[in-house]
Formats: sequence, C-alpha cells, structure tokens
Amino acid sequence: MTKNFIIAGALVAALAVAGCSGKKNVKPAAPAAEPYGQSTTPYGSEGYGSGAPAQIGGPSAQETAERALSNNIVYFEYDSTVINSEGESVIDRYASYLQGNPTARVRLEGHADERGTPEYNLGLGERRAKAVEASLLAKGVSANQLSLLSYGEERPAVPGHDEASWAQNRRVQIIRQ
Amino acid sequence: MTFKKLLAVLLVLVAVPAQAALEITVSGGDVAPLPIALVQFQPTPEVPLDVAQVVENDLVRSGRFKALPRGAMPQTPVAPQQVVTDGWKAAGIDNLVIGQLGKSADGYYARFFLIDTVSGQQLLSHQFSVKSVAQMRTVAHMIADMIYEKLLGIPGYFNTKIAYVAASGYGPARNFQLIVSDSDGEAPRVLATSREPILSPAWAPDRKQLAFVGYNRGRSAVMVYTLATGQVRTLVSEPGLNSSPAWSPDGSKIAVSLSFENNPDIYVIDVASNKRRRLTDHYGIDTEPAWSPDGSKLVFTSDRGGRPQIYEMGAEGGDPRRVTFEGSQNARASYSPDGRSLALVNTDGGRWRIALLDLASGGLKILSDGPQDEGPQFAPGGAVIIYATQGRAGGAELATVSVDGRIRTRLRQAADIKEPAWSPVVR
Repeated sequence: MTKNFIIAGALVAALAVAGCSGKKNVKPAAPAAEPYGQSTTPYGSEGYGSGAPAQIGGPSAQETAERALSNNIVYFEYDSTVINSEGESVIDRYASYLQGNPTARVRLEGHADERGTPEYNLGLGERRAKAVEASLLAKGVSANQLSLLSYGEERPAVPGHDEASWAQNRRVQIIRQ
Repeated sequence: MTFKKLLAVLLVLVAVPAQAALEITVSGGDVAPLPIALVQFQPTPEVPLDVAQVVENDLVRSGRFKALPRGAMPQTPVAPQQVVTDGWKAAGIDNLVIGQLGKSADGYYARFFLIDTVSGQQLLSHQFSVKSVAQMRTVAHMIADMIYEKLLGIPGYFNTKIAYVAASGYGPARNFQLIVSDSDGEAPRVLATSREPILSPAWAPDRKQLAFVGYNRGRSAVMVYTLATGQVRTLVSEPGLNSSPAWSPDGSKIAVSLSFENNPDIYVIDVASNKRRRLTDHYGIDTEPAWSPDGSKLVFTSDRGGRPQIYEMGAEGGDPRRVTFEGSQNARASYSPDGRSLALVNTDGGRWRIALLDLASGGLKILSDGPQDEGPQFAPGGAVIIYATQGRAGGAELATVSVDGRIRTRLRQAADIKEPAWSPVVR
C-alpha cells in the first residue's frame, strides 16, 4: 500500500540525514573512521586498500535535500481535508526547503478520487491544496513561494475503481517549479 | 411510478451496423415498442448513404420502436402508389416508411412518406434538398425526428450533436480530447486536444459555440470554441477555479464557478462585454450552475449545509433555497425543457445514480442504478435523459433513460467518455 511507501520514504530520508556524520555510509578499505594520523596501516606500505574506493562523508547536502523532497505527496481520507502525521512530515520537509531557499517556488496540485461530480471535485481538490498551503504558511513559508491548482478527479495517479485506487488518488502533490 | 412496480423485464440486444453496440432494456408490460417498417429508399449512385437505415437505427435506438427486418418485407415500394397494404398488415406493420434519393439541379434530394397501412393514408410526406452529399446524414436524423414526433406526439432528439471529452492514458501520458459527434455517435470530430484536462463542455443555444474548462500556463480557464472557425478564446482565467460554464437560454450570459475571491462561488459573465457579476458569497463550494428554460432562475450545487445539495435562486442572485432533501448528496442538476423538474445525480452514500426531482412536490425518483452515473442532461423534448455510466470494462459509456424510468439504452463506445453534452435542436 502506498502508505507503507511513505513511511519507508520518511525513514530513508531520516536515515540519510542521520547518516550525515559518515558512519553508516562509509565503506573503508582502511579504518577511515578513526582520526587522521592514527591508521593502523603505515602510510605507503603494503599497497592500497582493496575493494571499492572509500566513500568519504555521507550523501552530499544536495542529495540529502533531494531525497527529503522526493516524497512530495500528501494523502487524504474520503471527503476530508485533514492532514495526517505522514502528510505533516512531508510538509515539514518542504517548509524547511522553502524557508532555506527564498527564491524557490512550489505549486500545490490538489486531487480527488472519482466519486462525486467532476466539478465538485475541482472544489474538493482546491480545498486540499489550501489545507497544505495553510500548513506551510503556519510553518513560516512566504505566500509568494506558493501557487495552487486543482485537478479534481481528472488526473488520477492510478486507474481502478476500488478503495485502494481511490486512496492513492486523494492527494496533494507538491511540485517544484 | 418506481422500478419496484415494474412487472416484467425484456432485454433486447440489437446489432447495429456501426462500431457502436447497443443494449436496450424495456421494462413494464404495457410499454411495447411500436412496430414499423422502413424500406430502403430508392437509391441513386451519387448518394452512398443508406438513409432509411440511419432513420431506422435512430428510431430503434430510442427504445420506442421495433423495426421489421428487410428480409421479412413483403415488397419494396419506393412510391405511395406502389404500396400494397395487405401484405404489411399481415406482417403486423401499421406504419410504413418509403422514399427516394436523387440528384437535383443544384444538389441532392431525399423524399419520404410515412404511410398508415390500416387507412392507407399518408401521415407524412416531405422532401429535403441539400447542396452536398455530406448533409444527407443530417437529413436522415431530421426524418427520424419527424416520424418520432408524428407517431409518439413528443419532439424527437436525433438531429442533435453530442459534445464530450475523451480521456486516455495515465500519468504524464494522459491525453484529453474534446469531441463533437452526431447523436448516434457517428461522424466524430476532434475539436481540441490537450495534455491537461478538458472538462464540462456546454453548448451555446445557437449551437455555434462550445464553452469548456481547460488549463493553460498553470491555471484553469473557461474557454469558448467557435465551431465554424475553430477559434478558441479565454473567457476567464483567474487564480483558483474557473469552472462549470452554463449558457443562459438567450445566449447572452455564461454562469460559472470562480474561486479567486476565496472559495468557489457562482458568477454570471456577460459574453459580449465580459462584465462579471457575483451571485453567491458563501464559504462553501458553490458550483454547477444551470439556467431555467425561461432564464429567470438558476440551480446550483452547494455544500454550504455540510454535503453537496441543490439550491435554486433568482438569476439576479438573492437567497438560495435548498430543493433536495433525500439521500446523502445531490449534485449537477439541470432543468427539464418545461422547467418543472430537475435531472440530477444522487447518492445514498454508496452508489451514484441519476434521479429526477419534481420541483413543485419535492418528490425524487431514482432512474438508474449506478455505481458511478453522472452528467445527466435532458434531451431536447424532455422525454429522455442522457448520462454517462461506468461500462463493464471500466470505461465510461453513454446511456439514456426515459423520464418514466421504463426505457433504458446504453451505447457502448471505445473511448473513455466523460461529460456528454447534448446540443439544442435547431429547427
């Protein structure tokens, strides 16, 4: 189910951030985790380490930021504009990104599942986008970094006429511009 | 009258020569289709269209007629004096249609006769003249309308167009087309295509323009397409929703739902001047406006009471009054041609069905089964409602239901059809 992907994505992002200190992502040929100068292998002797080159440090700040932003979907319950905790953490990461990059802009694209009429669902999609906007604004993002667009039920993420499909279609996608 | 009172169900599968397959359900013991025979019109090499066959398909597709197969005909007259009524009466046919096609000085003609075999009288006799062969299909639909109205006493709806949106693909490959076809699905013409959604096609009363919702440069817009020129102009494109266009009966105004002043409300735009007037001001979603036939009132969908319901107000604005109270939601209402009832979409929390509301009594009659029926609209004449329903394969199909609920037809189409809009009849 998609919700598991969100949780997994959040965990990966969290691990990536935690791993910045270097420990988890480093594969030393020599024990590079020890401070410089205290290696057990004397410099210059017995050739170079074997295997793949050492990876120094974790992912770049750039990569980390990208990974944090790769999960850009907030999901909703039927007929609802309430943001749950998974949604809030997606919004948190975008709030950080937008506050750290004052010229960056995003578009909040709101969607609804196919039940109900297409025109009413345009309104519902907009309500959801506005809920995400309100949350971002409350976290200190500037209004001029945000724009909104509703697609109603017209751009479903997945085909299918069952609850599992509908759950994936009720969403706001945060699109960087 | 409700479905629960129906005594018998008769399922008739009719094979129609064309890509579309047809399913007709006629319910109720006393609604027997009227037997009719349509003899092939005397052909002429310049007109390749079998006009009588198009007429027959229209009449049979309505569910109100049953046609004698050509192989069972006792004779093939093409002029009234050739008709021998005894053979037709013996075949159970009281109504006989014969005719001729030909070339005239500056074009082509189609001549037809509707003959009552019991009395031998000509009920109808008419000749159509056209400049081009391509217009013969329209002539066939006009003949069908004349026969339908003569024998049933209510206006036909075959000489109309359907505008609809066909959507295909998912994700970045999703594609939308705005299409106009004849009422029988023939002669489809793609008016516009887009990678972004197209919604809510709405015919101008003179049939010369179509309003619809499209997206451009990160915003939605209400656009107007002119059929003769193919030109598209933007009527309104504010931030937020620009949606749900509905032409006034005199064609001078378009009602829309705009949300740029906080949340979706009903506005009326003067087509000539583009001047805008706001009619509702409420924090709920107000959308799907529709004009009464005399232009004095509007109905619209609003969730100001919690869930979507139908409200009616004067066309100048004023306090809306709620008109739907059954089921958990009601939406997308439109007036019957006599202004006395509304076709709308109703749900009880499970299935979405087409329903008919009597405005005077408030009584609601459910006309279809769902689970995802939408876009109901009265055909010109008011006897039949067309709508979109979920087909067996999952895609959408066009369907019709008579207002008494007894006769249902489904026209199966290849594309995923959304939001059919029937044009007015131009007489």
